[in-house]
Amino acid sequence: MQGNEAVLEGALAAGARFYAGYPITPSSEIAELASRRLPALGGVFIQMEDEIGSMAALVGASLAGAKAFTATSGPGFSLMQENIGLAVMLETPCVVIDVMRSGPSTGLATKPAQADVMQARWGTHGDHPAVALVPASVSECFWLTVAAFNLAERMRTPVFVLSDEILGHMRERAELPDADEVEVWERPRPSGDPEGYHPYRPGPDGVPPLASFGGPYVFHATSSMHDERGVSANDAATAGATIARLEAKVENLRHLLPSPEVVRSGPWSEVSGGDRSGGRVGAGKRSRGPARVLLVAFGSSARSARQVMLDHTDMDLTLFRPRTLWPFPEDELRALVHDHDVVVVVEMNRGQLVREVERVVGGGRPVVSAAKSDGEIITPGEIWDSLVEPVSGGISREPGLSPLP
Amino acid sequence: MSLDYRRYLDETALPLMWCPGCGDGTILKALLEAFASLGLERERVVVVTGIGCWGKADDYIRTNAIHGTHGRALAVATGVKAYRPDLTVVALMGDGDCATIGGNHFIHAARRNIGITAVVSNNLNYGMTGGQFSGTTPAGSKTSTSPYGHAEDGFDLCRLADAAGANFVARTTAYHYRQMVRLIKEALLEPGFAMVEVASPCPTYYGRLNRQGSAREMWRSLKDRARSVGEEGGEARTGVAPGQRPDEEPRSKPADVIVTGVLVRRTRPDFAARYSDVCRRAMKEGGGEAQLDAR
Repeated sequence: MQGNEAVLEGALAAGARFYAGYPITPSSEIAELASRRLPALGGVFIQMEDEIGSMAALVGASLAGAKAFTATSGPGFSLMQENIGLAVMLETPCVVIDVMRSGPSTGLATKPAQADVMQARWGTHGDHPAVALVPASVSECFWLTVAAFNLAERMRTPVFVLSDEILGHMRERAELPDADEVEVWERPRPSGDPEGYHPYRPGPDGVPPLASFGGPYVFHATSSMHDERGVSANDAATAGATIARLEAKVENLRHLLPSPEVVRSGPWSEVSGGDRSGGRVGAGKRSRGPARVLLVAFGSSARSARQVMLDHTDMDLTLFRPRTLWPFPEDELRALVHDHDVVVVVEMNRGQLVREVERVVGGGRPVVSAAKSDGEIITPGEIWDSLVEPVSGGISREPGLSPLP
Repeated sequence: MSLDYRRYLDETALPLMWCPGCGDGTILKALLEAFASLGLERERVVVVTGIGCWGKADDYIRTNAIHGTHGRALAVATGVKAYRPDLTVVALMGDGDCATIGGNHFIHAARRNIGITAVVSNNLNYGMTGGQFSGTTPAGSKTSTSPYGHAEDGFDLCRLADAAGANFVARTTAYHYRQMVRLIKEALLEPGFAMVEVASPCPTYYGRLNRQGSAREMWRSLKDRARSVGEEGGEARTGVAPGQRPDEEPRSKPADVIVTGVLVRRTRPDFAARYSDVCRRAMKEGGGEAQLDAR
């Protein structure tokens, strides 16, 4: 099964019944499969006139009660940013699958990249939370898509799945569960007197219950700054509190985010976390060896990083693989940094995640960027080269790093 | 005229934010009166607005509402209507929203013939941002971004909707209140895409910059320039834009006649009807499972 197929299966398993999108390589298989599967399930597939309209339609359908999603790639993700902001402001659950390709602009339409790391975080204007999940296998394309829907519903916010051209088109064995094995979460619903319903009055964790259009609860949702009733309000106190709450509700529910996978190599190795359960940061044994290297990699790059570990089992290598890119799992990374000598960040771009890693590491250890941006996959050999000779293929932030044995 | 419209009006939000002499308050009342005369339940109506003066209308409406992004009202409304075809979905847009930044959504909503009622307040300029030209501003007009006269022609929105395939296309003016209520009612009953264009005065910007006189004179002018085509519809075509003579070269300069009434009436199946056929075929063919396994 292909990664893009697994995404679609995950969406259906999570209860998705509305797809609006615009065709774009390398994500189009998701739209094609949605158009084949949704009508028979009583769901809606609609191909919109552009990605701006697609994202807008998700907002409308979600407020009407649908679990709604779309799939795109970098250029379409750019067009969606306007109404991703709308979804954030209206606190509308929805899922956006970004099968990343090489840019900028049309770029290399059929080739992979991981260059939407910062677009996913800051693509839409204004202060806002971002939730982005990053699968690294076909099986994870399924499970993290399920998780994306669950988190979107639970948090009332858009959630991204950042796949890439390699994962999207790669075929590998993936065992999908029966429907009843998939845990599906629903958005918090209002109860009580419809007259007293306030669509933006937060629950205990900051997430307000959400009604659906057409039911007993009549409500108003506005892209303008608003109070708990959803009525426009311009005062500083309301604005400050609303903007802060949008981020706080995600922070409050951070424990629900898929946790990173940590893999240690060598005879002392320990693999923690599986595709399904979510990883736990394991306290692996203290290691020996000249340089203890912490590899940070996500998505298809993490597969190359893993191969480096398999090729060099005599080395003290640890892989830290986020399954959630935003909000970045900083506590989990920080917990690992102290028993490593150097941190190497592997990514298919000019060095985006490395900046976040540098922020988290905070100068305590050298951070090296093993970054590549030419439309080709970063290979295990190139990662290895960047360890032993930081200038080859990557942007070195630590030119004095001595070669490893 | 009954007072039933007030159950759809949020009186706590009054007074209206629009300038004295603006047509938007009158259009709002006509819309709510159309709701009332059809006896629509507030729970089963979703009003979607964009950005601009008329885009603020949702502040005063007590149905379900989404105030969205500039130009995207129809795309948001498409999401609502596609998922819940049983609800009454209304998009309120100005000429900026509908004819300019959202022009793509407009032609595609009409082509798709999705059951949304678009009520377009066309005042020939952007009021909210200070009177810049829009996609319907006639050539030669002075606006705050065309101080020497506008170099471009404006759209005839009704012709555009017609060409794109809308089932119901009508025009009226803010002055012609009874006609406006009647046309909006008819639009709300249309299963497919319906558009009512309302020629509306902007005395604050367009009127002042183009020396069209006081608000009173602008309203008088709407009355005098309107020519109804009658209500039979059928093959009737729009012919002219709000600011254009029927006999002059296409859209060359602001002029006199505003053709009003039902301009297009079709019986093309709407999106919901066609899509439910798709669902029936999909269910009959097993939902694509077989094809998927064969890949």
